[in-house]
Amino acid sequence: MIGLKEVTQMNPENLIPVNLIATSTIPIVVIAIYLGLLLGLAMMSKLLFRGTSTDYFVASRSIGPFMLLMSVFGTTMTAFALVGSTGKAFERGVGTYGLMASSSGLIHAACFFLIGIKLWSFGKKYGYVTQIQFFRDRFESKAIGYLLFPILVLLVIPYLMIGVIGAGKTIMGVTGPKGKAPGMFPELFESTNGAVPGELTGLVICLVVLCYIFAGGSRAAAWANTFQTIVFMVMGLLAFYLISDKLGGLGAAIAQANEAHLVRDVSGPEGKVGVPKLMFLTYMLIPLSVGMFPHLFQHWLTARSAKSFMLTVIAHPICIMIVWVPCVLIGLWATGKLPEGTPGGAVLAKMVGILVKDPIVVGLVTAGILAAIMSSLDSQFLCLGTMFTNDVVLDKYGKEHFTDKQIILIARAFVVGIVILTYVFSIILFEKNVFDLAVWSFSGFASLTPLVFAALYWKGATKSGAFASIICAIGVWLYFFGASGFGGEYTVLNGMMPVAFSFGAGVIAMIIVSFFTAKPAESTVNKFFPKF
Amino acid sequence: SKRIIIAIAIVLAFLHHDTWNWGNSDLVFGFMPVGLFYHACYSLAAAILWVFAIKFAWPKGLVDWAEGGDSNES
Repeated sequence: MIGLKEVTQMNPENLIPVNLIATSTIPIVVIAIYLGLLLGLAMMSKLLFRGTSTDYFVASRSIGPFMLLMSVFGTTMTAFALVGSTGKAFERGVGTYGLMASSSGLIHAACFFLIGIKLWSFGKKYGYVTQIQFFRDRFESKAIGYLLFPILVLLVIPYLMIGVIGAGKTIMGVTGPKGKAPGMFPELFESTNGAVPGELTGLVICLVVLCYIFAGGSRAAAWANTFQTIVFMVMGLLAFYLISDKLGGLGAAIAQANEAHLVRDVSGPEGKVGVPKLMFLTYMLIPLSVGMFPHLFQHWLTARSAKSFMLTVIAHPICIMIVWVPCVLIGLWATGKLPEGTPGGAVLAKMVGILVKDPIVVGLVTAGILAAIMSSLDSQFLCLGTMFTNDVVLDKYGKEHFTDKQIILIARAFVVGIVILTYVFSIILFEKNVFDLAVWSFSGFASLTPLVFAALYWKGATKSGAFASIICAIGVWLYFFGASGFGGEYTVLNGMMPVAFSFGAGVIAMIIVSFFTAKPAESTVNKFFPKF
Repeated sequence: SKRIIIAIAIVLAFLHHDTWNWGNSDLVFGFMPVGLFYHACYSLAAAILWVFAIKFAWPKGLVDWAEGGDSNES
């Protein structure tokens, strides 16, 4: 049997060797095939590369409705979509969906409609490829770029590490020892008991993403994201179907779940099950982060026309439902199958491993998890390269000093640098709880959303107001981030999320300071509030 | 129409808090906790809201202006 090192026992129930998953290399073969297909497809898109910097950064603004939906949805759904949703439902119960998914359905789509279309319009009209270019013009200040740039980079880098560390931990779980059975490669990786080490997985993931981003830029990212989004949506549904089947159907599956997890009321030791009402309310601010994600801004700018947004705005809440409802249900079913205290990040893999057992399915579901991770990684790597090139180098030395080929070369060099930096950080911080870090990253971006709303909808928003909003929002965010021990789960006043304070600080600072400082020039107002 | 859309979005945001189902563990269709069912319906409601937003509050003037000539595109 291919890839099977030893078969010592057979499970009489379904005639599948009980230690098959631990010792069979089939899951790794499936994952390798997936990575090969992804790389092949993304590299094929290079055939469409037009060789210009506009094509590298924003795909010559030529992406149609379906690819825009897939790339925007794939980018907003990280490993959290499959692994985090299942784990959180296992820990906190049914409230996870309302807490993180349905609120996102409304607010993400609102951001695409109210922010995305406007920014796309200004990007199209004035040739912007980064957020900072827009803010510099809107607030008549080069300095605002130098304030925003490090903040955006520092908020994206943890988000990048979430992906690389998450991938490493996922593969370690799949290839590691199961019970008495050794890991998949006991002779090759003695120090990890036969599991593929996290740093090796991180290296492979980074190299695959780097290959196609280096070659094809934004267009390759859009193609790869479309493929990856389809993969992780299908694999989530596949896991749902197979697990429910093994549990005796949907009714039997939910019947054996822990009852405390079927309601949002807080219960359990230290109130860890359920969702505090203040947390549920203030968590609604976190999805606002999509209004300030630089990598999402770049995807918006790739749209062929404003009409490309229509499908994204309408279908995004439905896509969230398709991915999250099955995963939340798997998390609820797991409360009747797995011991309390099982790490949230391991719940989906354990449910597939214990119940489905088929190594091909394990490989497919793992490929789905990697797809969810990589569909965010590629856009983030590219956006940081784009920001360094346009907001630092070209801004400092002038675009006229470089040929288009040199601009692409600079962007590629920055992308390579960012990938190396992310990889090194992910090795150093491998043991960090990545999902808690994700919420802090989202909170930081959400705190900056008042800036973009004011820039787009308030003629009276001033340069000083913008500076005050950024400094106050990030100052308050940093205070709570420090109080949490730099990345742990943290709430105040019996469940309130810190984002409520940092977002509020940004709003108040913007309004008060703008009222008392010099208004933008009439030419600027006319530029960004045109009369039709 | 824009104001109506925004008002509906705000009402949806409040309805999302869903206080009446907070402690209800009933199952819908025999397998879905009522809280999850409610919020899944809410996802569909959000999609329908944005269908209406696109129909009645599409920023046509801005889009036509952006897609018109005189662009600074490099």
